[in-house]
Amino acid sequence: MTADAAVTIRGAAVRVGHRTIWSGVDLEIARGDLVAVLGPNGVGKSTLLKVLLGVVPVAAGTVRVLGRPPGDARDEIGYLPQRRSFDPGLRIRGVDVVRLGVDGDRWGIPLPRTRRDRAVRRRVAELVDLVGAGDYADRPIGDCSGGEQQRLLIAQALARDPALLLLDEPLDSLDLANQAGVAALVERICREQGVTVVIVAHDVNPIVGALDHVVYLAGGGARCGRPEDVITSDTLTRLYGSPIEVLHASDGRLVVVGEPEVATYHPDLHRVAGHPHP
Amino acid sequence: MSALLGADVAHLSWNLVDDVRQLLQHQFMVNALRAGAVVAVLAGAIGWFMVLRREAFAGHTLALVGFPGAAGAVWLGVSANLGYYAFCVTAALVIAAASTGRGRARGEESAAIGTVQAFALACGFLFATLYAGLLTETNALLFGSFLGITSAQVVTLAVVAAVALAALTALARPLLFASVDADVAQARGLPVRLVSALFLVVLGVAVAEASQITGSLLVFALLVAPPAAAQRLTSRPGRGIVLSVVLAVAVTWLGLGIGYFSSYPIGFWITTFAFGVYVLAHAASRLGVRTC
Repeated sequence: MTADAAVTIRGAAVRVGHRTIWSGVDLEIARGDLVAVLGPNGVGKSTLLKVLLGVVPVAAGTVRVLGRPPGDARDEIGYLPQRRSFDPGLRIRGVDVVRLGVDGDRWGIPLPRTRRDRAVRRRVAELVDLVGAGDYADRPIGDCSGGEQQRLLIAQALARDPALLLLDEPLDSLDLANQAGVAALVERICREQGVTVVIVAHDVNPIVGALDHVVYLAGGGARCGRPEDVITSDTLTRLYGSPIEVLHASDGRLVVVGEPEVATYHPDLHRVAGHPHP
Repeated sequence: MSALLGADVAHLSWNLVDDVRQLLQHQFMVNALRAGAVVAVLAGAIGWFMVLRREAFAGHTLALVGFPGAAGAVWLGVSANLGYYAFCVTAALVIAAASTGRGRARGEESAAIGTVQAFALACGFLFATLYAGLLTETNALLFGSFLGITSAQVVTLAVVAAVALAALTALARPLLFASVDADVAQARGLPVRLVSALFLVVLGVAVAEASQITGSLLVFALLVAPPAAAQRLTSRPGRGIVLSVVLAVAVTWLGLGIGYFSSYPIGFWITTFAFGVYVLAHAASRLGVRTC
């Protein structure tokens, strides 16, 4: 099965300066799965995605992404970074942002009315339809709501038919209705397009029903498996090394009680690759 | 500036064709219109990216660094234009080296850039003082010398502008990607820092060019106002850049034309029209008018 896995991680550790973010992580994600990466703030969830992208190197262990070393599979990965939102003053349309995903890394300017330009426009229209953003894709993206921006960014991430989609907190800072809508969109894309999806989430509830597996990062290590096996009081207590309780609310929501917060760590501000700060 | 024109020469009439004919009789006026157009096209296009990237402060610094460059060059007896290019491009490289290429950390950089800016202005002041011919020259370096441009200078401006625009064209799409979405661009394997650094160098060249016409302080009339107005009116990148260029050329020609017939300085007129265009664009977008 390993050769066919979308992601295989063996004994991996990530260090920034002298600080170990996590270590001894073993993980296998099968192709076509929808997997959530969970855990408290600052535990290194985003860092895990950056390892898969090849932007952050591992200090130990091996990582294979789509059967290749991380970084080599870049063209087959769609990525949606963590962010709050676009600047409200940004005067660029949603379709332009989606289009950047299609041909934004080509040098020069697109020549209008050429065959390539028409093909790119068709692809952008398809993507906008796929995420249901037709009503607002022509508006400046700064004027769009958080949920609308997330849909457009997911369209951008899907631009090149990726085999693996990495989404960093796409549900964060959305209202409940939009959380459910974007979660449903992610599930539909995973099932209909056969894309492997790894989604980082602070709160598992909006998406828990759709998940094949979860990866729970905590206490410097990780535990993965089916949601009902991992998100339990016993498993999380062992992972954290301190008492944790998982409560089932009457509406079916899971509530994890007793998680210690970790000092927040921002790889973007610390320039991980090349310039480690102590 | 308009001391060059005897007050008896220029008569503004209701006959616009006759007015334009009067203007074009003078070679210095033709050269001013040509040089103004070259600089406006360059500033309009590059300014659009500068405004999008929120790098107006870096652009402002490059403009102010141009002043000691030009003043130092005049003091040493070489061409002021050489000083503009040397100092603006060097400053662009320094800012590029100091920056991460991302918007997020810019807040911390602004204090450093501001400090350098103040020092640059002080150096310019010193050089201008050391140079005996003082007042008129300093005035021109800060507020522009629109007239008295030779045909050879127009050619040089056009060649440099063509090179800078070619570089911008090659960079355009990755630059847009890196400006809007640096994290995703980097994940895609784009050299975001390199693209940002190259843009700053092109911006340095544009600032140095524009400074030769508008002076260090009025550069922004062309580099910020028309692009900012264009971005209020359209959120399509292609149309925005074209509109920005058209507005920049329009305010430059209008300013030169009115300045010819008026006793007020040309720099005042160009900047005033640029300001007017910006205010109108803002009002139009507030009222919901979109050229789309």
